[in-house]
Amino acid sequence: MADPVLAVRGLTVTFPGSAGDVRAVRGIDYELQPGEVLGIVGESGSGKSASATAVTGLLPASAVVDGSIKLDGEELIGLDDARMAKVRGKRIAMVFQDPLSALTPVYTVGDQLSEAVRIHNDVSKQAARDRSVELLKLVGIPHASERADAFPHEFSGGMRQRVMIAMAIANDPDVIIADEPTTALDVTIQAQVLEVLRTARELTGAAIVMITHDLSVIAGFADRVAVMYAGRIVETGTVDEVFYSPRMPYTMGLLGAIPRADESGDRPLVPIEGTPPSLLDLPAGCPFAARCPLAFDTCREVEPALIAVGSPNHRSACHLAEKIDAGGWGPTDVFPLPDLPEAAVARVPRAEREVVLEAKDLVRHHPLLKGAVFKRQVGAVRAVDGISFDLRDGETLGLVGESGCGKTTTLLEVLELAAPQAGRIVVLGRDVSELGQSERRAMRRDVNIVFQDPMASLDPRMPVSDILAEPMRTHGMSGAKIQARIRELLRLVGLNPEHAGRYPQQYSGGQRERAGDPDALALEPELLVLDEPVSALDVSIQAGVINLLEELRARLGLSYLFVAHDLAVVRHIADRIAVMYLGKIVEIGEVTRVYESASHPYTQALLSAIPLPDPHKERARRRILLEGDLPSPADPPSGCRFRTRCPKFAGLDEDRRRRCLEEEPPLHGMDDDDHAAACHYAEALKVV
Amino acid sequence: MSVPSDQLATLLPGQKPDGQEVALDETRIASRWSLVLRRFRRRRLAMAGLLVLVFLFLLAFVGPYLSQWSYTDHDFDAFLQGPSLDHWFGTTQTGGDVYALTLRGMQKSLVIGILVALISTGVAALVGSFAGYMGGWIDRSLMWFVDLMLVLPSFLIIAILSPTFRGKTWLVFVVLLAAFLWLVTARIVRGMTISLREREYVLAARYMGVPAHRIIFRHILPNISSLLIVDATINVSAAVISETGLSYFGFGVQPPDVSLGTLIADGTQSATTYPWLFGFAAGILVALVLAVNLVGDGLRDALDPTSGF
Amino acid sequence: MAKFLLRRLANYVILVAVATSCAYILAAISLHPRANFEGRNPPPPEAVVDQRLTQLNLNDKTPVLQRYKTWAKGVLHGDFGKTWEGDSVNAEMARRIGVSLRLLLIATIVGGTLGVLAGAWGAIRQYEFSDHAVTMLSFVILSIPVFVLAVVLEIAAVGFNNATGAKVFEYTGEFTPGLQGGFWTHAVDRVQHLILPSLTLILGEIAIFSRYQRSAMLDVLGQDFVRTAQAKGLRRRGALLRHALRTALIPAVTYFIYNFGILIVGATFTEKIFGWHGMGEWFVDSVTRQDTNAVAAVTCFAAIMILLAGLISDVAYALLDPRIRVS
Repeated sequence: MADPVLAVRGLTVTFPGSAGDVRAVRGIDYELQPGEVLGIVGESGSGKSASATAVTGLLPASAVVDGSIKLDGEELIGLDDARMAKVRGKRIAMVFQDPLSALTPVYTVGDQLSEAVRIHNDVSKQAARDRSVELLKLVGIPHASERADAFPHEFSGGMRQRVMIAMAIANDPDVIIADEPTTALDVTIQAQVLEVLRTARELTGAAIVMITHDLSVIAGFADRVAVMYAGRIVETGTVDEVFYSPRMPYTMGLLGAIPRADESGDRPLVPIEGTPPSLLDLPAGCPFAARCPLAFDTCREVEPALIAVGSPNHRSACHLAEKIDAGGWGPTDVFPLPDLPEAAVARVPRAEREVVLEAKDLVRHHPLLKGAVFKRQVGAVRAVDGISFDLRDGETLGLVGESGCGKTTTLLEVLELAAPQAGRIVVLGRDVSELGQSERRAMRRDVNIVFQDPMASLDPRMPVSDILAEPMRTHGMSGAKIQARIRELLRLVGLNPEHAGRYPQQYSGGQRERAGDPDALALEPELLVLDEPVSALDVSIQAGVINLLEELRARLGLSYLFVAHDLAVVRHIADRIAVMYLGKIVEIGEVTRVYESASHPYTQALLSAIPLPDPHKERARRRILLEGDLPSPADPPSGCRFRTRCPKFAGLDEDRRRRCLEEEPPLHGMDDDDHAAACHYAEALKVV
Repeated sequence: MSVPSDQLATLLPGQKPDGQEVALDETRIASRWSLVLRRFRRRRLAMAGLLVLVFLFLLAFVGPYLSQWSYTDHDFDAFLQGPSLDHWFGTTQTGGDVYALTLRGMQKSLVIGILVALISTGVAALVGSFAGYMGGWIDRSLMWFVDLMLVLPSFLIIAILSPTFRGKTWLVFVVLLAAFLWLVTARIVRGMTISLREREYVLAARYMGVPAHRIIFRHILPNISSLLIVDATINVSAAVISETGLSYFGFGVQPPDVSLGTLIADGTQSATTYPWLFGFAAGILVALVLAVNLVGDGLRDALDPTSGF
Repeated sequence: MAKFLLRRLANYVILVAVATSCAYILAAISLHPRANFEGRNPPPPEAVVDQRLTQLNLNDKTPVLQRYKTWAKGVLHGDFGKTWEGDSVNAEMARRIGVSLRLLLIATIVGGTLGVLAGAWGAIRQYEFSDHAVTMLSFVILSIPVFVLAVVLEIAAVGFNNATGAKVFEYTGEFTPGLQGGFWTHAVDRVQHLILPSLTLILGEIAIFSRYQRSAMLDVLGQDFVRTAQAKGLRRRGALLRHALRTALIPAVTYFIYNFGILIVGATFTEKIFGWHGMGEWFVDSVTRQDTNAVAAVTCFAAIMILLAGLISDVAYALLDPRIRVS
């Protein structure tokens, strides 16, 4: 085996703080071979970002770094700024997470790229500029020579990330460190950017360290995987080894907790109880012991070392690794699966159930204001441009689409309980345009919302008991009744009623999300509207909340209108799904039908872009990649809105294209009424 | 995107695998205010400022009792004498005891400063939050009014109006000062309200049918309380400086009442030859303003919302 | 675009008109130019005083609204009326603006530049001794009211003069009246008179700008693009200068413009104490001299300056920051 290009030994990173030292990284070892991709996976607080940033020496000055990091045999720790600066950008390059603040807003993209070239090469300005344009072309930015004179804010998120990658490969680095490069991006854009990363790897032959919390992305991209927890590597091996035969309960829990877009939602997800330990004050022994169902005495006393199990390169830090190996245990063998009740109404056929919510030709346009100094209306953002759907008792409808498709706007329109700009909304049998003030207030008891960001949806200045009491007080419930209901609600979602006096910040992320539920449930609603309820949560906590939502729905007889961009989660929770693009529904139907036989090209692209936590499947998949960016919602394309990016359109002849250009396709049923797609040339395809 | 594992949350050891909550170590859960206090105490400058402020307060209100002279006394045996054991800060041209006069002036300046700060911050909070939350014509008309007031040079207007309260109570002066001091804060409050208005917990309250005024008082104002507290503190020093400036030119506090401004004005001409007439009042003024500013700055850092709570 | 520029300007014109009118009416009600005449010895007969006052549109026996109409008519023709001594307000204003500008231009440029540098330096060395030193100094200076600072400087100057035996620092007026000599003598004389008031203003400017720039710089330093610049291979100093400072200068420039506009009327204390006959001094003098028309004119000037300062700095911000350029 060749010498590793990057060798990390005993790396520790400690951040001194006023409350004590935070040991973010507590001793990790790994090696990176030339040209290979190592995926470092972990949830928040695992130390993955700190370890990667330590390699480039860009941690804050107060951080204490110890151990050894060798680049091609040369020690990096202890180098001063001048020498480290020579290494950065030339031999080690970084791609960061949020490209908007990662690019200097006052210089053009071309200038910033040229700067990257000229720092390490003594070339003329013109030569550097030529190279910049060439790099932009390589990463797939159209009209590269004009776009080089544009400023970062004029690019979309995906395009900016491509610019970052261009900057990283400008000087043919040996190692590229990508820190959550696709986390903030939509799924189809993520697929594009990952493709660009692959191209970058081919062009430069660089080894890549890919840091992410998303196991599915790693499955298709990495050669080897290292799973981090509480500052240490707890399992490492080839991607097949880790995904198909995990030998550490944490890894197994993670794999069991991920919802999969290629599996039906019948089985509950594997929840991992508890939260990651505080890095300020780690308990003795294995840091995962508090959450591990297999933990026994030794686990709580001695921290397990990373030892080989199975094959020499597959290592796991668990005292029971060999036992797991010998027994061939899987995630469901280790973690208990909760028993989810079934709703009574589920047995009633859909057509006979009561209609809880109906929208018909719903329209919502926002006026578009431009300019900071002089605000004027230059048009309208057609956020929702005529959609129709219905939601029956006891079912969950998922509204999916990427940013800018109008799904959140639809939610808010429903919640306003007021006449929309055009079209009709009927809630629980009443047309909302006919509601009087007091009727509207009364109806608010029946329709409630759970928001995405648990921190933002709970007022940080009020204790949880007050937050829960407020809606009840508004609707005139008595004090004693309110108190009783608060206790009931907290118990329902698995929180201790005695802690009702706490503030939201004192709960963990998952607990806060659950506290958001009782807030919404306080008034005994029938329809619950959820806006990306789990997207901001760690995977291990997400599973618990998803299971909770299922349970509540069954027990309380709720119906859910659900907005999400994570299609795997939607497949798991939803009964029916509506796919939105630029303010219109392009496909709607029962969830298994849509996933198994997607008929609209956008749905097909969307589904093919979802990564699966299954390395073999990922490598074998044929991805349908979309070109370019989302058109502006203020100026949607004529005829079919999707035609500017549609792979099907690209393959049509002149005659058939005309139809797409001129005529907007209506939603028409596929083989039966419940599955409809809005495409002139719809054709079912199995992509997951 | 993953939620950062907030250290605070993980102070709770969490649940056992079977779902029961472990008994929690209550001592490690800090309430918000004790956290604020702790961070304030760590800023040494702010603590120093606070000490000086307390000292000055005591001096202003308890100090006069320590001396045998009151501010209206005239000691005909001692004209224009420097600091001595008898007259700790010296005497004026008419035999007035500078110590007593200075303390009296400080009382007046302090009281005016605090009253003005409280009134202006209160008005700013109300106007700003209502304008920001209601929007529409209420917002536009209120902001136009604020713009108008901002355009009017406050110093000039108060100066012009000063004859009207000559001989009447100085409370009119307080009202005038406050009338010009609330403007900038109101705009800031409005801006913050507009951004808070779209926050999810406000939206959630709105969707539950909570009426507007309750939302403003229970959700919006408490969440900008840090801004208001810091603003009130800084306003005290701004009010004191405004008052002394106006009094310096004779437009503020009128004789026979004294304030630090009038004392400094009186002492300026002879500052080079009889420095005690000018120095003590000026020194105390600077110390007061500096202390208030340090405390305000320290409060701002301690209440800073971006660092966790 | 032009339509909205016009609309905003129209709004400003209305604001200025309303503000100035308010000031005029308040002044007309509160001030007593008559007292200036009555204070003379021997006091002139009332009829003469009346006639003079009416000539100047300052007669308190004329109803306020009528005086307002006369005044407003004059303003619409560009004439702000007469001072109580009978001089043209316009001429006086032109003279005084010149005086103020001469004082302020140097002070703001020097003070602003030094302040920005000090603030940026403090932000880079956050929490180190140099940062604390700059911060403390700024705090102390900002806590000293201008009139105290001016007097303190004056005392120091006198002491210095006495110690050296020569009149190095002059502290009354803009120049020595009746000075004989060639160009250089006059120039040196003006500089001698310029130093103290400029220093008073400069110290304040440094304090304000350093606080402002420090916080603007800290904001920028926390952003990711500084880290990106380093990841490209720039050394820390290069990343800070070329990326952080350049971005943080945008708010500094706009603040500078805004500050200058405000300062033209805000240098009141400095002008008054050092005897410079600029607009700031007129602020106070117009009131103490019961000069109604002058008060209105000064208010109008102040209002225009404040609004212009805001408008120009907004436009400058839009021009400098590519993120909000209006295409």
